[in-house]
Parts: sequence; structure tokens; C-alpha cells
Amino acid sequence: MDQTVKFYQTGTFTVGNRLLSEENRSVQANMQRTNSLNSGHRACQGCGEALGARYAIDAAMNASNNQLIAANATGCLEVFSTPYPETSWQIPWIHSLFGNTAAVATGIAAALKVKGRRDVRVVAQGGDGGTTDIGFGCLSGMFERNDDVLYICYDNEAYMNTGVQRSSATPPAARTATTMPVGPEPGNVFGQGKSVPLIAMAHGIPYVATATVADLRDLEAKVKHAMSLNGARYIHIFVPCPLGWGAASHDTIRLARLARESGLFPVFEAEFGEVKSVSKIRHRVPVEEYLKPQRRFAHLFGKNPAFETIARIQATADRNIRKFGLLEEAVS
Amino acid sequence: MLKQTEGSHAVAEAVALCRPDVICAYPISPQTHIVEGLGEMVKAGEVNNCEFINVESEFAAMSVAIGASAAGARSYTATASQGLLFMAEAVYNASGLGLPIVMTVANRAIGAPINIWNDHSDSMSMRDAGWIQLFAETNQEALDLHIQAFKLGEELSLPVMVCMDGFILTHAYERVDVPTQAQVDAFLPPYEPRQVLDPSEPVSIGAMVGPEAFTEVRYLAHAKQMQALELIPQIAAEFKQTFGRDSGGLVRPYRIEDAETVVVALGSLLGTIKDTVDRLRDEGHKIGVLGINSFRPFPIPDIRDALEKTQRIVVVEKCFAVGIGGIVSRDVRMALRNRPQPVSTVVAGLGGRAVTVASLRKMLLDAAADKLEPLTFLDLDWSIVNKQLERDRQKRRSGPIAEAVLRDIGVIAAKMV
Repeated sequence: MDQTVKFYQTGTFTVGNRLLSEENRSVQANMQRTNSLNSGHRACQGCGEALGARYAIDAAMNASNNQLIAANATGCLEVFSTPYPETSWQIPWIHSLFGNTAAVATGIAAALKVKGRRDVRVVAQGGDGGTTDIGFGCLSGMFERNDDVLYICYDNEAYMNTGVQRSSATPPAARTATTMPVGPEPGNVFGQGKSVPLIAMAHGIPYVATATVADLRDLEAKVKHAMSLNGARYIHIFVPCPLGWGAASHDTIRLARLARESGLFPVFEAEFGEVKSVSKIRHRVPVEEYLKPQRRFAHLFGKNPAFETIARIQATADRNIRKFGLLEEAVS
Repeated sequence: MLKQTEGSHAVAEAVALCRPDVICAYPISPQTHIVEGLGEMVKAGEVNNCEFINVESEFAAMSVAIGASAAGARSYTATASQGLLFMAEAVYNASGLGLPIVMTVANRAIGAPINIWNDHSDSMSMRDAGWIQLFAETNQEALDLHIQAFKLGEELSLPVMVCMDGFILTHAYERVDVPTQAQVDAFLPPYEPRQVLDPSEPVSIGAMVGPEAFTEVRYLAHAKQMQALELIPQIAAEFKQTFGRDSGGLVRPYRIEDAETVVVALGSLLGTIKDTVDRLRDEGHKIGVLGINSFRPFPIPDIRDALEKTQRIVVVEKCFAVGIGGIVSRDVRMALRNRPQPVSTVVAGLGGRAVTVASLRKMLLDAAADKLEPLTFLDLDWSIVNKQLERDRQKRRSGPIAEAVLRDIGVIAAKMV
């Protein structure tokens, strides 16, 4: 297909599949999609993680000719998908513990190598708590050894399964059950937290990418690209959580888009520690637009808005925009 | 083939002969020589088709073994002491998932105070983790038990811990008979699990189980260990057929036929105890020994039978449960319920303190004369203990115990003189 397609729905990159060539069509639009995470699971309405996992794992299945094994950390995704004696997984899947998923995946990959099953690929997946906090040691070990595993983190910025407690991925000022909006500095403190995508890059692994559930074609493309490579790979997917964030179920996609368009969540790809591409902001928005629909930030607004705090959050977004070059550069 | 070799190396050779698929290694004394040996063998190509993975922690070591085993690989790791505690969550997980991982525990004390020498505190901390726990008396037995462990674990779909005394066995050079590959192959069939992670037959492993079935799952874990009580002697008998020597089994009685006093113990300590008992026998004392090879499952019927006729039992153990006393002796008392014989607990060899024939002899003579306390700490230096207790009585003060004691016996005391 040579023709440039510019038929977007307002504010999205969505384009009708029938305007695209076969190979560019979405995995989800394919009749042959595997429904790896099948319907009937117990995720909340509007769950970003369920959406992200469905797209990511189906794309990984598509890319591996359906030869895929998944290791899953303890967390929402594990709990809502496998309540005994049911399972939503149509693929071989194992849950061991909260903090060891990357290592379990390493073990699976090692077993497959010994058995000469190089055609079978391994993904590991977990939430931000299982990835950036308790599973971080095993994750770093898996990266450092360049084990043949694609690790996918579904980041909803707190421990949602245990009732919305702060993780090292929780943003400043956010209300969680352990960072309540009380006292002189309500919500999560500034100056803490970590960027696991950047830390992953520091390991020099073949591929690191971020994505959001606002741009599922981009997410699928990144998973498929990751699956075309060997060695340690990491994809960090931003997945809004209606329950934990105090947001409407129908706003999951919108919030993910606003996180990207405000610059708060930079979407990029990196190879061997070098940033190779960034998703440019198309319609830049001030951070208030992203923060306001979420009750976890409600204490910043109301009768006496916390202008100073909002400005600090805006400064973070501005820094991301500068650092990653998220705005289209003017043609000189 | 007879060899003069280090205990650790003998174990490494045994594991290599079992054709492991995945070995995960993390260094901790006194287990290091085992994985070093295996690493070298794998790297040199002496172990075919094996992945040797240098992991970043013991928690990762067990986790990698879990993933590998669930994907159908024969998996092995080794650890000790703090390492076993650090992997504790994954230790329980491996047995809960029914994965036949074999792990050597080079028994070592647990800190604080940090101590690298031998006792059984580490394995004992995992006695309820659902693993089979076999204790080796000699280096030959350590070697043999690893070969039996893979067979046992894979038949029952349970993980097996082979416990061998750190340094006393791991670092001792002794003569061992290393079997041939053909012998091991004849004894140990390839690992063929009933259910693995395989795209052609997708299964979900490790799903959440609620109150409706959790008790049943736990009971089945117990039932499997009870099956092991039958299987362990069978496998030991098969082993004898193939390799021509006695190794393993549930318990090992020594001169107990007419014994009035029987000493119960685990591991390498049995050698010293048997020497002591031989001398006491020569002097006319009716003393025997019962070695426990399988601590989990705990062979209650065999122990009950073996101790039926004796008048008193002395359990010598290299571990103790702070706040109550013996660990092994509690289980022995359980085996002897409704029996009148007294069971004394003797805690010995903690943190590598040598257990000497002289001390054992004196303690056993006391026991034979019914002068042994229910709980005895062998060779305890009462002057240190009483001084500290007295100081505590005079002035209550929190702080690290070991450091307080060191003030009296260490460098600070020397400076104060």
C-alpha cells in the first residue's frame, strides 16, 4: 500500500483497518486473534491492565506463531485472571510469587534452550509493584544476563490489588492509601520514585520501550518488534486504573492519552541503551487536564487549588518534553 | 571409581551424573565448591546440554529452578544458612507447585551473630516447607543421596533437600566411590513430568486457591510425604542393587538390640557418636545409636519400632528452638507418644563448636545414670553466660548480646585490663 492514510478520528490515531494493508492491520482486528486473555475474567470495568495485557499477549502470540509461555507476578492481573478453578489464559501460564517473575521466566527460557525449543518464546508480566519494587532484583538480574525474555510491566502507579498503596511508580502528590491527602504536603512526596525504563536502558539490553493503552497499534507494534529480537527486552505500558485513581471507567483511554500528551508519560523506544524513537505530542495539554478527572489528585483542585504543586508537576512534564524531545521541532 | 576427593566435589560429580538440565548458582559458604565444580564441568562441556546460570541471589536461584522445572527441566541448586532463609518464600512455592527440584543444603548456622560454621538451624527452619529432607552422614552418602533424590523427587513430584554438614563434610577430603554414567543412567530414568508449560497443551499453573480447596491441597502435600515413607526405603533398596552399597533409607540403627540408652542424631555427628558408643560398649555400657536419614517425612513408625525396648533416649541435635528447646527431640517425643521412656535433649555443635568424644562420653554416662537434665547444652561455657545474666539482673539494658559478651572476652576486655 503506497497511499498515505490520513483519516484519523479526532484526537486518536485510530484508522479503519480496511484502509490498511493486511500486514499493517491490528492483531485484535484479526479473526485469528488468539484471545490469550479470554473474556470472563474478573477485572474491573475500564481496567487498563486487562486491556494492555490482552493486546500485548495477543500480539506476542501473533509474533511467535502461537508458541508462547507466560510467567506472571502476583497482582491484579494474576488474581482476576485465575480464580480457582477457572482461568482466562489460553496460553501456558505460570504464577509463582510476587517478586520472582523475571527469574521464573529465565528458568523457563533456560529449560526451552536445553530442550532445543528455540521456537517457543517467553514473556514475563507484572504490575508496577511486582516490577519496580519487589521484583526489581530479579528483573535487573534477568536484564544483566541478557536472558531471552520479554518482560512487560503494566504500570498503574500503585499497589491496586492490595487496596491502592504507594509504589515506587506512584507519581508525586497522588493520593494512595499510604500517601493520604493530609498534612502540610498531601499525597505522595516529590523527589522519590524511579524510571524503570531508563534503568532497563542502563543495562544495555537490546530493546526497551514504553507504551500506553491510548495507542494500542503502537503497543502492538512494539510487542511485535520486541518479539523479533532475542535477549532481554522490556516494555513498560501505562495502564490507568479507574478504581485506584478514582476515575471514570470510560476515561481509561482518555487518561492514558492525556498522560502522553501532557508529557508526564514519555513514550519512546530504545535499543542497547540509546533512545531510537519518541512518540511526539500531537496536541499538547497542561497537566491539569490530566490531573483533574482523577480523584487521587482532587486535593490539588477545589476551592483553594494547590497552584504550586500543580506547577511542580507541570515542571516534571516540561522536563520530560525537553529530555525526550517530545514536541515536533520547528522546521528551520 | 574410587577417588580421594572433597565432599563438595563428590556432590558436584554426582549431580553431573544425574544429567541436570538447569543449574542455578549463587555463592554462599560452605556450599560454594559444589556449584563451582558444576560450573567448571558445564563450561568444559563435560555435562551435556545443561544451562548453568549465575543468578543474583538465592531467591532468584530457587525462582529460576521453579521456572525451569515447570517447563520440564531437571533442575538443581545449592545453598546454606542465610541463603536458604533468603529464598524461603520460593522454597515453599516450589513444594506447593509440586516441582521436583533437588537442592543441596550445606548446613550452616544462622545469624546474628553471623557464623559460617556448621549446625542444622538452616534446614530446620524449612522443616515445614513441604520439601523432603534427607541428611547425609558421610561424603559417600551425600553423593549417593543426590542420585536417589532426583529419582525420589520426580516419582513423587516433590522437591528434595539433601542436607550435608557444612565444612565437616563439604570441605573434607575422603575416599568416595563415584559411580559410572551407565550405572546412574540405569538407576535414574529421564525426567518426564505429567504436566509442563507447553504451547501444544496450555495449562495455567499456580492459580489462586481459596478456602474451598486449600485444605485439600495441603492434605495432599502431606499424603505425598507419607508415600515417601514407603518410597524412600524402596529407592534405597534399588540403589543397593545397582550400586552395591547401603545409602539413604529412613533410619539407621547401630548396636541398639539390647541398648538401655539410645542416642538419636542426624548427619555427620553420627560418626563421632558411634565411635563414642563403641568405646562405651567396650566398657560394658549398653548404649546404641539411631541415625535419622529422612527428617521430612519424619519416619514415626520406624523410630517407634527402633526405640521400643530401650529405657531412655538422648537426642543430640545441632539446632534448637529458642523458647522451648529441641526440634528433633520434639518430633521423637511425638513418635514415642504414650510410651514411658524419657527423651532428653542435648543441644550440641552450634555454630561449628566441635562435638568431642570426651564431651559425648561424659554426657552419655550421665544419661545412663539418669543424671541428664531434660535440656542440656553440651560444653556450654557457664562463666560467660552467668556473667551476662548477672549484668542484666543488675541493670536492664538493651543491645546486641554477642557484642556485650565480646566486651568481656574480646579486644575491649583486653584494653580494659
